[in-house]
Amino acid sequence: MTTVLEKPTAAAGPRDRQPAPTPPPTVPRVADEEQILEVRQFNLWYGAAQALFDINLSFPKGKVTALIGPSGCGKSTLIRCINRLNDLVDIVRIDGDMLLNGRSIYGRDVDVIELRKRTGMVFQKTNPFPMSIYENVIYSLRIDGENRKSILDETVERSLQRAALWDEVKDRLHQSALQMSGGQQQRLCIARAIAAEPEVLLMDEPCSALDPIATAKIEELIYQLRGLYSVIIVTHNMQQATRCSDYTAFFYLGKLVEYDATEKIFTNPGKKQTEDYVSGRFG
Amino acid sequence: MNGHSPRRTNLTARGEPMVWLTGGGLALATLMIAGLLLLVIFNGTMTFWPKRLAQTTTTTGATYLGEVTRGERFRLSPEQIAALPAEAAATLRATDNVAARKLLRTGNFDLTGDHFKWINSHEIARTEFPLEAWMFERQEWGVFVGFMEEVRVDGVAVASEPAATESKFREFHKAARDRYHQTRHIEKSEIGAVNARIEKLRLERRRAELLSGRDSARFRDVAASVAEQERVLEAEYATIGARVLAIRTEDARTTLLLREIGGRTKEIKLSEIVRAYPANRLNWFQQLGVYGSRWVEFLTDEPREANTEGGVLPAIFGTVMMTLIMSLAVAPFGVIAALYLREYAKQGPLLSAVRIAVNNLAGVPSIVFGVFGLGFFCYVVGGSIDNVFFAERLPSPTYGTGGVLWASLTLALLTVPVVIVATEEALAAVPGSMREGSYACGASKWQTIRRIVLPRAMPGVMTGLILAMARGAGEVAPLMITGVVKLAPELPVDGHWPFLHLHRSFMHLGFHIYDVGFQSPNSEAGKPMVFTTTLLLILLIGLLNLSAIYIRNRLRRRYIGAQF
Repeated sequence: MTTVLEKPTAAAGPRDRQPAPTPPPTVPRVADEEQILEVRQFNLWYGAAQALFDINLSFPKGKVTALIGPSGCGKSTLIRCINRLNDLVDIVRIDGDMLLNGRSIYGRDVDVIELRKRTGMVFQKTNPFPMSIYENVIYSLRIDGENRKSILDETVERSLQRAALWDEVKDRLHQSALQMSGGQQQRLCIARAIAAEPEVLLMDEPCSALDPIATAKIEELIYQLRGLYSVIIVTHNMQQATRCSDYTAFFYLGKLVEYDATEKIFTNPGKKQTEDYVSGRFG
Repeated sequence: MNGHSPRRTNLTARGEPMVWLTGGGLALATLMIAGLLLLVIFNGTMTFWPKRLAQTTTTTGATYLGEVTRGERFRLSPEQIAALPAEAAATLRATDNVAARKLLRTGNFDLTGDHFKWINSHEIARTEFPLEAWMFERQEWGVFVGFMEEVRVDGVAVASEPAATESKFREFHKAARDRYHQTRHIEKSEIGAVNARIEKLRLERRRAELLSGRDSARFRDVAASVAEQERVLEAEYATIGARVLAIRTEDARTTLLLREIGGRTKEIKLSEIVRAYPANRLNWFQQLGVYGSRWVEFLTDEPREANTEGGVLPAIFGTVMMTLIMSLAVAPFGVIAALYLREYAKQGPLLSAVRIAVNNLAGVPSIVFGVFGLGFFCYVVGGSIDNVFFAERLPSPTYGTGGVLWASLTLALLTVPVVIVATEEALAAVPGSMREGSYACGASKWQTIRRIVLPRAMPGVMTGLILAMARGAGEVAPLMITGVVKLAPELPVDGHWPFLHLHRSFMHLGFHIYDVGFQSPNSEAGKPMVFTTTLLLILLIGLLNLSAIYIRNRLRRRYIGAQF
């Protein structure tokens, strides 16, 4: 499989580029529902290598949207741009903007920490913090200085119940989170991500390190979260996308190839490339 | 055989030689460590076991009584052999001129001027173990080896038969020792307290003199009040002195007349005898009793006889205290430095240079740190503290000289590279996924470090601290010039306000070993003590390390977990 990205030409550099025309000519929308996140004319470079090309995309509110594509196609990169985690990588440069609930993400006066509090993220590798289950869930409240026990208790119970973990751990909330199984840890990470009531929940291949049973539970959970949260999930597993997403975007070599309702992408894709990928002919 | 011959794998490819080489290296290292430990443990534990007293008569008719400390072989010159009687000379020639000799601990330094005596085996006519021979450990002048003659009260013998003498001695000895400890206690605590108050008054007057000048009214007021209080204290002092004198007079009444093997006698006060036992009459349990009593004295008492006898409690105390203060200083300092290096500083050539410099710091000879500690901590920092806070005590320095605080800080400086390197590695080992998780929750960099990275790195920090403690507790050279002394009468912690006296010089087990083994006027007597003290130091460092390892394992269970 080829993962070589196109080298940007001198003219493609962000500094030489004309400001992105606003409003963008076409932001693909898959539904006339309310949109939670809009990606406008988004480009990204790792050093000299361009990883995302002119992405225009809009995610509906309260739905699950899957990003699929072969390794290195830029889907993880895109999702990490939504909460600006890529800021931590020195060599990343971006161009374009995203709007979360109509507010700019890359604008000049954006408070990154505040932005990250509006988004929740679940990672590929389970990463519970080295503290108790209880403290893990309320981490984002703690760092805001929230110490009222009633609020914390309520948040823990609500989040763990939504993450379908409450019944398993309610008797050992104050034990270390590191002693849980992998699947439980990932559900704990989901509980932690939704504890602060984020506007959008980002999931970066949340099941790739889990066994099939744990994966089924997480998928079931994602299905249940629909409506409560707007979920954007990156996945390698096409069955997973069909099982738990409403809309699917197919990326290839840093470009958005096709974006449509999941059912349509997998049964009647509009592009040849998409059809080849979803039918397993490559990738 | 099924037709095709298996291909031979050659020896090096299979790695057998490497297994032997690496295994051999490990075995050699283990042997060296085990050998050293066994040597220290054997000699250290045997030191206090009471030995029999051998009465040795030589062919020339001289008689010696003492413990056989050790023996050795040596070579005689042909002339020396020629001077010997024919029979002995023939035997020695048959053994290639090699003779043996024994070292007797004869004691009685005040009578003979010797603690020890070498006796050549070929000159020994006979050796006996007289049952009535006693070993006396005295407060001063080393041991007395000899016989009990009389117990006297007010110069009059109350017992002179051996059995009666022994029972009278046992009857009076305990009371005499109690009187001795009583006077020591009065001298240390009561007279010490009065002295401390007199010193405080003197400082008060001096402070008034410094602040207001000698001619001011205030100084005259203070001086008058001080003089009045001093009179009270002097009266108090005299009362205490009279009490001590009374006890001493009472004490001087009971004495013991001792006779050495040569017939000379010596009368000593009963209270001067620390411990006495009839060495050749002891059964195994009585020997164990003497052994135990010596260990108790060793661990709980102060040294005597220029450190070669008695206990090492002040040194144990000093070593533990210094190591703890050092850990308290080095841990935050090292962790903070490592945090900046790993988390905040921009990685580049400058940072690499700093890192190399830190690592090289660990290779600087420790005495150089000592010199720096003396110059910087004692003279510059301590001198400034004295000038500002203790001006009235000058010219005698308070912090401006070696002390337990400065020695600990010097060692902290010496061991900080170890902590920095270990902490940096621990920080680097914190998974990036955890940091990202924290950032994604909206945590700032500092919140991530404080709540996620540092707890997770704590076990690694503890590893660094364990290494630093092991290095620091065993270090002697820099301490010798920053505050360790041969004999520190006052511990850094006592009952006088402010209870913790970090400016005081202290005793240290490592320095004690050097002092007893190599600086003592009676180094032969100190030799066994060297092994015992070494054993104790090893045990102490082991104990400190074990507690640190225990803490580390708890942290590990808590922050790293056993999953994956």
